[in-house]
Parts: sequence; structure tokens; C-alpha cells
Amino acid sequence: MATGYYFAHRHILGIEQLSCEDIAHILSTADSFKEISARPIKKVPTLRGHTIINLFFEPSTRTRLSFEVAAKRMSADTFNISPSTSSTTKGETLADTARNISAMHPDIIIIRHACSGAPLLLSRNVQAAVINAGDGAHEHPSQGLLDMLTVKEHRGTLSGLKIAIVGDIAHSRVARSDIVGFTRMGSEVYVYGPSTLVPKGIDQLGAKVCTSLEEAVTDADVVMTLRIQRERQNDPLLPSLREYARHFGISRQVLSLAKPDALVMHPGPVNRGVELNPDVADGPQSVILDQVTNGVAVRMALLYLVMGNS
Amino acid sequence: MNATWRIVNGRIIDPVNSRDEIADLLVIDGRIAGPDQPVPAGVQEIDAAGCWVVPGLIDMHVHLREPGEEYKEDIHSGARAAASGGFTGVACMPNTKPVNDCAVVTAMILGRATDAAVRVYPVGAISQGSEGRQLAEFGEMKAAGVVAVTDDGHPVRDSQLMRRAMEYASDFGLTVISHSEETALSTGVMNEGPVSTRLGLKGIPTAAESIMVYREIALAEFTGARVHIAHVSTAMSLDLIRAAKARGVRVTAETAPHYFTLTDEAVIGYDTNTKMNPPLRSAADREAIRIALADGTLDAIATDHAPHSILEKELEFDAAANGVIGLETALPLTLALVRDKVIDARRLVELMAVNPAAILAVPGGGLSVGAAADLTLIDPEREWVYAADQVVSKSRNTPFLGWKLQGRAVLAMVGGRVRHTLLS
Repeated sequence: MATGYYFAHRHILGIEQLSCEDIAHILSTADSFKEISARPIKKVPTLRGHTIINLFFEPSTRTRLSFEVAAKRMSADTFNISPSTSSTTKGETLADTARNISAMHPDIIIIRHACSGAPLLLSRNVQAAVINAGDGAHEHPSQGLLDMLTVKEHRGTLSGLKIAIVGDIAHSRVARSDIVGFTRMGSEVYVYGPSTLVPKGIDQLGAKVCTSLEEAVTDADVVMTLRIQRERQNDPLLPSLREYARHFGISRQVLSLAKPDALVMHPGPVNRGVELNPDVADGPQSVILDQVTNGVAVRMALLYLVMGNS
Repeated sequence: MNATWRIVNGRIIDPVNSRDEIADLLVIDGRIAGPDQPVPAGVQEIDAAGCWVVPGLIDMHVHLREPGEEYKEDIHSGARAAASGGFTGVACMPNTKPVNDCAVVTAMILGRATDAAVRVYPVGAISQGSEGRQLAEFGEMKAAGVVAVTDDGHPVRDSQLMRRAMEYASDFGLTVISHSEETALSTGVMNEGPVSTRLGLKGIPTAAESIMVYREIALAEFTGARVHIAHVSTAMSLDLIRAAKARGVRVTAETAPHYFTLTDEAVIGYDTNTKMNPPLRSAADREAIRIALADGTLDAIATDHAPHSILEKELEFDAAANGVIGLETALPLTLALVRDKVIDARRLVELMAVNPAAILAVPGGGLSVGAAADLTLIDPEREWVYAADQVVSKSRNTPFLGWKLQGRAVLAMVGGRVRHTLLS
């Protein structure tokens, strides 16, 4: 890194708060940690004696596991708590929960919550560093970073690329983190989906809103699809998944419009045959499992950096 | 109790009597006296030099939380907050626990209000329990003292019920106040637009309000009844109201200071004291509201004073209750419009005193000889900070905490009794 740079973030609440230098530093740190996961003995003592709490208010398998693997490979002590939403209705607020956990002196709290802004609220009520593992439809910074790491590995750069994001932009925190991150690093992000799933003003985050799938995908370096749900809270978003697959899904034919070596990405879990045709999801251009591998490295880097190391 | 005063050297702004002049005002036995009446011996003098002397301000939209949620506010604490903000009368919404949907609750509120700092005008519910099904007993509530009816906070979904409410309310000379909201569209927590998208918060489109504003206009036009639109927040609603007024529909409307002061950008940071319903809107909406305050499309400024404790507000943005307090900041925020030359002083008095009194058909709104001496002294220049330890309301849920404000009520008099004063 350039002299004088240091990583100054106590919390990782979103990509929005990270500068280009921060992102580059996280990615290079993550890259240097990848080797640890390839060793026969996958453990370094870096965070020995540190307490990390996974506070997941929303069900999550892969993100929680990825953070836990990352923490354990760095020798931290990890604890998982998944407060049921019913316990919060019994009277304990997030702020109360935060103060209680804080009283046990953890070093890092990783939070997943259905409400946008909950990690910020948590960070104001605890001494520990807070890492956002996904809040509502707001941000999922570690996912955005692992997506950038994956693209950088395969393309060698994060600038001058065309990134197409297709699917449910409206409800996706991954979309927001990716739009902000990739545009900040000098690439262009094109978004496309049914109008019911493209939120107002997404262009003001830096995305280019497309009016056809072809416009989004043509000459793209990356084709990223997002998971689709038919309906949310009685909001009729789509008539059927079958129709979605036909008009908005990525098939071989659609993918052929992108650059020949375009990367196919998905934050998972994939609805096979809906947003991605199985032959695309499992095809040679898919880097979906690389994303998962890189997720561990990126999370190791975040844990390392918020503890004041650089 | 001495209710005889001579207020000297103030600028009397009294639109009803077409007065705007530096003059003295005499109050004898709690009533405004004529200039040629003899000054009684022992009269107390109030030096109003540099101040405006205006008819007592009336806030036609407050939530006093009593009965039922006295930990947030009660009639007395709310009335004290009102007086300190320069108000001499407030109209309290019926969404208490229990709902003010019958004469017994109305009488209870008025009983508690007899020795409150300001005049309290209860507003009754449109439907029993504000549940949107059966009409409440307007006649009984009117006899007990309500001045209008509304299901504020529980938007009337059923258009037939709203039609019948307007028709039936007109039989008792009551105005229907509409909280205009199409609830099928308003499932979000802030204005829908670029800011909600950025924050990942579910949006409420402007159409959710405007659709219902148009419904109320159509019903008022068809039935010939009066309707008052509460807390207007969108440019589209204002266009509808402006056009309706031009063709003679009996519609009036209010907005709240936060809508002409803030925009949805205030939500960045997830401060739950920026969460209210309707939500803070875009800069274009705010500009339209300012224009409508000046051109007469909007008739009144009302606070929608909605006290909540930290139990309702120290939460995730999605989970927090809607509403902010406003009684203590409404006047300085409106004075900012005068300084910005959006409106003049006379218009401020119309928006905050004359028109609310007229819409609710309650006394006040003018300084006519013989009227009860409800008046407010405003120092338009006085600078102050709205600090947490100065808040008079029981609750502190306001986005204006810590703001440096200019202009303040330095005295509020109700029926000749001084209920608030910063004068030495």
C-alpha cells in the first residue's frame, strides 16, 4: 500500500463507507490469507484469545458458516447466537441485546438482521467492532468484497469492466453493495430485472438501469444473477417463476451475448432453472464456488483488519 | 389572578381586523378591550417592544396521549408544551386508549383539560374504535364538546364509510379531517425514492397519499360536505387540492413544519426521530409545500405532535413508531419561512391562528374587542437552542433536538392568564 495508508475502520457496516484504498487493501489482505486455507493445517494464531460473536437474527447457512470458518482459521473463539424473533417481541430490544452482549466483552460482533440499519444501531451500543453480515435490503459488505475479489482474480483488474446484475434488485443487499463497490473501483454496473424488482433511484447509486436483458448482458465481463422470490409480504411481484425464467433468466443463448470468457456469478443459494439455467450455473464460465472460497478469505481479512492490524 | 394588562409597543398583527401596526393592547378582565376604554388602576404593563402581538396560535393536530399512554404525554404536559411553543389552543386527536369515539371519553378529556395551560379541543373518531366499520355517534360527541371528527392514524379504507361520515358530520356542523393514506400502497417506512433505495428501507410512494386526497375531494365535491386534509406531504396532493379549491370544493388542508423544513435525506443515518407518517418527502415536495403555504392552497400549519418514548423509538428503523413532537418548534420553524420570504408575518398568523380557528369553528384567531384575551407575543429574532434538557413535552422524539433556532414565543396568554413567559 501507499505509505501513510492505514485501515481506519472500527466497524464494517457497508461498502458505502469504504474508499477505493480501503477496498484494495481488504482485497490484497484477503488474497494473502487464501494460502492459509490451502495448508494441511488450516490455522494461524493471529486472533488467538479474541472473542467473536455471530449474532444472526435471520436464518443463514453459508454466510454464518463462512464467518465461523474464517474466525476459527485465525484461532478466535466463536459463539453463535440466533435470537428468535419472538424473544425480541417479548421485550428485549436490539439495543438491550447489544448492551448485554457487550457486557461480556466480545472483540467482534457479526450481525445479520432483517432490518436495514440494525448493524449501525448495534455499533452505537457496544464496545466491540461490528461487522455487517447483511441488513435488510441495505448492504452485505463481505459479499460485495468477495465478489470483487473473485472478479479481480479472474480479470486482473476491477476497472473498466462491465458488470451486469440481473434479477431482484429491489430486495437485494448484495446488489447495493456490488453496485457501490464495483462502480467505486472504476467499473460500470448495468442492472436489469422486471420493473417490479428494480427500485426507484437505483441509478443514483451509480447503476445504469437497462430496458432489456440484451442491453444488460451484451459484452459484459460479469453476469451476476440474484435470487428470485415470487412474492414478499403479499406484494404481488411476479406472476410465476416459469415466466420469470423465460423472460429474465440467463440461458446459454443469453450468455453468448456477453464476452466469450464472461464470468457467471450468483451470491447463492441458486434457484436452478429460474434465474440461471443449470447448464449455465454449472458451466465452464461459472465461478460460483470460487465466490464461496473467497468468502472465507475476505472474512478473515475483515476480522484481521477491524482488530487494528494492517 | 390578575387578568388585566396593558401590552405596550408591540407590533399588533391581527389579520381578521386588518391590523398590522405598532400599538398598545389593553386586556381587561381577561378580554380584549377597545383603545378608548379607560385604563383601570393597577393595570400591569407588558413591554412588547420588538415583539409581535398576535392572536393566540392554535394547533389543530396534536396527540396528547391521554387517556391510555400517559408515559408519553398527558393533557397537562402537552398543554404546557403547547403554551411554551406559543399556542393557546390545541385540537387533540382521538387515537387514545380508549379511542375518543363517544361522549364519555370526550367528557373525560375535557374534564382533565379544565385547568390545563391552554384550551383543549377534542376531536372525535369517525368510526367506533377507529376500526373503520360503524360510524361513531357524532351528535353525542358534538354535544359533549368535539370540534371535528377523524380516524387519524387509522386511515378510513372504506370509501362508503368516508362518504357517510362527511354527509352525517355536516348535519352537526363538524368537519371531517382526513388522514389520507391508501394503506395497500403504504407498507413501507419512509418516502419511496433514491434515498429509500440507498438505505434499503421499504418505501411509501407519494401516490399512497395523493390517491386518498383525491378520493376525499371527489366525495366532498359530490356530497357538498366539507373535508379537511391533514398533514399534506406531497406535491401531487397539493395540485389536487389547488384544483379542487378553484372549482369551489369545500376542502381545506394543513401541513406540518417537518414537511416544509426537512426532506427524506434526513433519514440517512436511520434516526428514528425522522420516521413519521406520512414520511418526509423529496426536495421537490418540500418546495411545493412552501409554495402552497404562500398561495393559499394550504390553510394551516399544524404540528402532528406525536410523543413517543424511547420504548417506541430506540429500535430498528423498521420497528420504530411513527411520529415526532412538534409543539415547541413549530413557531421558530415557521418564522424561518418568514425570514426566507416564503410567507410574510400576516400569512404566518393566518396559517397558525386565523385559519385553524375558522376550520374548527372555535373561538380565537383574532384580537377583536370583547374577545377572550388569547394571544401570543413573538420575538422573531430571539436565538435559542432546542436542548434536550429544555424540552417541555414528556417525550423528546424530535429531529430538531440541538438545533439552533431563531424566533420564539416569549409569552402566551389564555383568557388573560399568562401561561408561558420568558419576559422578566
